[in-house]
Order: sequence, then structure tokens, then C-alpha cells
Amino acid sequence: MDDDIILETSGLTKEFKGFFAVHSVALRVRRGDIHALIGPNGAGKTTCFNLLTKFLAPTEGTIHYKGRDITRANPADIARMGLVRSFQISAVFPNLTALENVRVALQRKLGNSFQFWRSERSLLGLHERAEELLDSVGLADFRDVPAGELAYGRKRALEIATTLALDPEMLLLDEPMAGMAHGDVDRVAQLIRRVSANRTILMVEHNLSVVADLSDRITVLQRGEVLAEGTYAEISSNPEVIEAYMGSGHD
Amino acid sequence: MNGRIIAAAALAIGILAPFTGIYTVFLMKALCFALFACAFNLLLGFAGLLSFGHAAFFGLAAYVTAHGVKEWGLTPELGILAGTAVAAVLGLGFGGLAIRRQGIYFAMITLALSQMVYFFCLQAPFTHGEDGIQAVPRGYLFGFIDLMQPMNMYYTVLAIFVFGFAVIHRAVHSPFGQVLKAIRDNEQRAISLGYRTERYKLAAFVLSAALAGMAGSTKALVFQLASLTDAHWHASGEVVLMTLLGGMGTIAGPAVGAFLVVAIQNYLAESGAWVTIIQGVIFIIVVLSFRRGILGEVVGFVAKRKATPAAKPLEPRPASAITGE
Ligand SMILES: Nc1ncnc2c1ncn2[C@@H]1O[C@H](COP(=O)(O)OP(=O)(O)O)[C@@H](O)[C@H]1O
Ligand SMILES: [Mg+2]
Repeated sequence: MDDDIILETSGLTKEFKGFFAVHSVALRVRRGDIHALIGPNGAGKTTCFNLLTKFLAPTEGTIHYKGRDITRANPADIARMGLVRSFQISAVFPNLTALENVRVALQRKLGNSFQFWRSERSLLGLHERAEELLDSVGLADFRDVPAGELAYGRKRALEIATTLALDPEMLLLDEPMAGMAHGDVDRVAQLIRRVSANRTILMVEHNLSVVADLSDRITVLQRGEVLAEGTYAEISSNPEVIEAYMGSGHD
Repeated sequence: MNGRIIAAAALAIGILAPFTGIYTVFLMKALCFALFACAFNLLLGFAGLLSFGHAAFFGLAAYVTAHGVKEWGLTPELGILAGTAVAAVLGLGFGGLAIRRQGIYFAMITLALSQMVYFFCLQAPFTHGEDGIQAVPRGYLFGFIDLMQPMNMYYTVLAIFVFGFAVIHRAVHSPFGQVLKAIRDNEQRAISLGYRTERYKLAAFVLSAALAGMAGSTKALVFQLASLTDAHWHASGEVVLMTLLGGMGTIAGPAVGAFLVVAIQNYLAESGAWVTIIQGVIFIIVVLSFRRGILGEVVGFVAKRKATPAAKPLEPRPASAITGE
């Protein structure tokens, strides 16, 4: 396998009772790229993410990550291998504070997470890093606020900070900017660019100007199948894509 | 810390309670159920798992302790240890079978398994069927403290409760507890962070089962009896009731609920069937008017009063600043 390719699928298929949400998808993501996955609603993007991170088992096909076959791995182990996802619907721990949300991600590598007899004070050493991460997404002032009480945009920011706490080699972001205010979109775009420096990012995003701005490569999905793949220039001049996607949904 | 003061006050009440003229057997019974409910709530309140079979641990541990001290001559502390250990092993079995299921399926599997334990307790030769194991000697704690002395027995029970409660308190406020709460809040997210959540839930289940067993073992010594009542599904339901009454969001809430339920049962004992009805009415009132349970509402009220002036500094700052630059 090509050393440059960090994630590769072949014939990836997910069938829900006769309906093919993802059909024979071959995806190749180059190490270090920001790779966008776009397509109309219901195209199978989230299902693809669920397959890649093992939250769903594929009906057919294989997935290779860093040259290893992960088709049958379990989701926690995928995360441990450095392939970490965010969710389309913002996923935080609502009853934990912002700081605790980030800390629980940092905590795993400490290896003391089964120690029910130790005080929480054993986690104090993680606070500096957790605060740094909160600060990097503009949540420094909210460290002690339960995540459930944060506004939507801030929850998304917290989710990104929590994901980054794992220092993942590859990030899967499912619509990271959905539901964000205009100003926040730019800031998240900046953050994504900044953290992409030494990692690979695969992201689903509807905002095409963001996609144009950030992505090295783009894959277009339609009805579970790959319609086109290439740079933004290639994609945006592809008549099929214009017909199927940009012609209709895009503002 | 405020919590420290409240804990110290509660402990002082516990130490002085027998001198107020309250019947010590009532206090001991309430303490046993309080520990049972707190152990149960480690699962419900902090791991988000509703077990409907916890009587199995409570009841079986009582039988093991009763049999151990009566037939094998174990000292009380070894008897309790044996009951706790058996409950832990049983918890590992229950947990191993149930933990992959969610919500109502989890509750139903624990209920089904606990019914099997109930029939075992009914049929096994050493449990003496409907009679239970009677006339269990309390014995001498560590070989020299005579537990037939009511005060000795009382302070032993109080010490066991404090120990069990401290274990739960620590577990909730430990690195393990952090992960558990994360799983309760959003299991998918915890998995995506690399946690093998089933192992944490199983560990919590075993810990909860062991402490529920410790409560049952202690009760067997207090009443010098192990009977089917403690293994019956009614007891599983009662512990749910106690927990919801007191408040599952707090560590001590279930203990408050347990005292309330035991008190109701005690003082209305002559009223027969009315006990169940009164209990039901109180339960409905509490559930409808205090969503978070009695202690949960008190804590929420205090926190709200404190938070009003302190919440201000959080406000100013635009809804933006995602990159912090
Ligand atoms: N668990 C499921 N069961 C049945 N159908 C599903 C399930 N998950 C997704 N689908 C269907 O698969 C299709 C693709 O969904 P999804 O991957 O969420 O699309 P996207 O993220 O591109 O908007 C949709 O038609 C959706 O209804
Ligand atoms: Mg989607």
C-alpha cells in the first residue's frame, strides 16, 4: 500500500434493510491533507464516518488505516490508534464542567482510569493542559460551567477542544460548523487550519466557501456512491457535480 | 468546606442517635438499607444503569453470612467479608451478562437473573426455604467485641455504613468516577475518546454489587436472620424507590430516601396494607413535585442561592472567540 495514504477504503458498503446508505465507496485520504467529504443530505456522509470509526459494521468492503486492516476493530481501539471523530450532533458530557470534559480526554493516557480508590486530586496535573486547550477555543472563562449549560456554538468549540486533547493523528469532523454564527465559522476554520499542521483531517462540511478555502482534496458523495473526487477546481468544474449538487442545494 | 461540615454533623448525629431513645434496631435497619441504596445508586446515578435485580446481592450475601457464622463458626467480620465477596462474584456474572444491553433490556436481564437467585435461595438446602436461616449468632467482632450488646452492634453497623459510604464517595470522586460520569452522560462520546466503556460499567457493577452485599450481610447479623424477603424482587423495587425519593443525583440522597422508607414502614407497621398505599402516595408526590428527589432539591436550592452573585463573571465575552486570537 502507498505510504502516503493514511486511510483507504475499498468497496465500502452499508446496507440498511435493502437500502444502500453507502455503496461501494473507495476513499483514499493522503497523510497531512485536509480532505472534505461533501454531498447533499442523506448522501451517506455520516454513515461513512460511522463505518470508518466502527460505530457501524460495514456490510461489505475493507478499511485500512496506516496500512492496518481495521475493518473488524472496535470503536474504542480505533480512537486509541489515533483516529478520532467528532459527532454531527454536538457531543459533550453535559453534567461535567468544560474543564472536566477536556480533562476526561486527557486522563485516558494517564492510565489510572480504573483507580476508584484514588482522589480526583491525582488529575490536577492535567489542568494546565486542559486550560490551554479551553483557551485555544475561547472557552477559558467557562472552565467551571457545566457543558450542558453552554450555548450551542460553545458546545461545538468544547467538543473540538476535547477531540484535540487526544492529540489525534487523524481527525474526522462531522459538520463542525453546523449551527454556528457567522463569526464563529471563520474562527473554527482558522482553528482547523492551525491544528491541521501535523495531522490529517477528513471533514464533512456544507459550507462550500469553507470547503474551498480549507481542503486539499474533496470527495463528492451522492446516494451512497462517490460521484467525483479531486481538488476544488476540478470538482467545481465537473458537470456531473454541478448538475447533482451545486446546481441545486448551494446558495 | 461545606460538605465536610455536613458530613461531620451527620456522623455526630449517627454517633449520638442511640442516646435519643430511638430504637437501635430501627436505626441499624435504616443504615443497612441506606448503604444498600447508596450502593445501588452508584450504578443508577453515576453510571446511568438501572438494575432491577439488586436484591440478589443483598439477599444472597445475607444467606452466605448467616450460613457462615452459624454453620462454619466464622467470626462476624469474616462472615460479612464472605457475603461481600460472594456478592461481588455474583455481580461479575450478572454484569457480564447484562452490561451490553441498554435501558429497559438491562433492567429486565438483571430482574430475570435475580429471580434465578431467588429460586436458588428458595430451593437450596442450606437456606431452609420459607423459614430462612434463623437464630444466627452475632458473635464476637474480632474475637472480643460482643455484638449481642446493642451498642456494640449499633456502632459496628454505623462503622460499616461509614466505610461503605466513604468507598462510594471516593469512587464517585476518583479518576474512575470521572470516566463513569462521562459514560453516563454520553457513552458514544466516551467510546470515541478511546474508553472501552463496557469494562468501566462492569467494574462499577461489581463494586455496587459488593457493597449491596455488604449491606445485606450486615442486616443478617442485626436481625440474626437471612430470609427470602431480602432476595425478593420487592426489595429490588424498594431500593429503586428509596433512591428516587432521596435523589439519585447526589451521593447521600439514597440514604435519606432509605431512612424515610424504613421509617414509614416502621411507624405504620400496624396499618397493614396501608403502608404500601401511603408509600405509593408519598412516592408519587415526591416524583411529581421534587424531580431531583428530596436531597437533590435541597442541594439544588442551596446551589442556586450561592450561584446568583457568582455567576456574573461568566457573562461578558462575545459568543465567539473560538480560536482565542
Ligand atoms: N441506522 C439507520 N437505519 C436506517 N437508515 C439509516 C440509518 N442511518 C442512516 N440511514 C439512512 O442512510 C442515508 C444516509 O444517511 P447519512 O449518512 O446520515 O447522510 P448524510 O450524513 O450524508 O446526510 C439516509 O437516507 C438515512 O436515512
Ligand atoms: Mg450527516
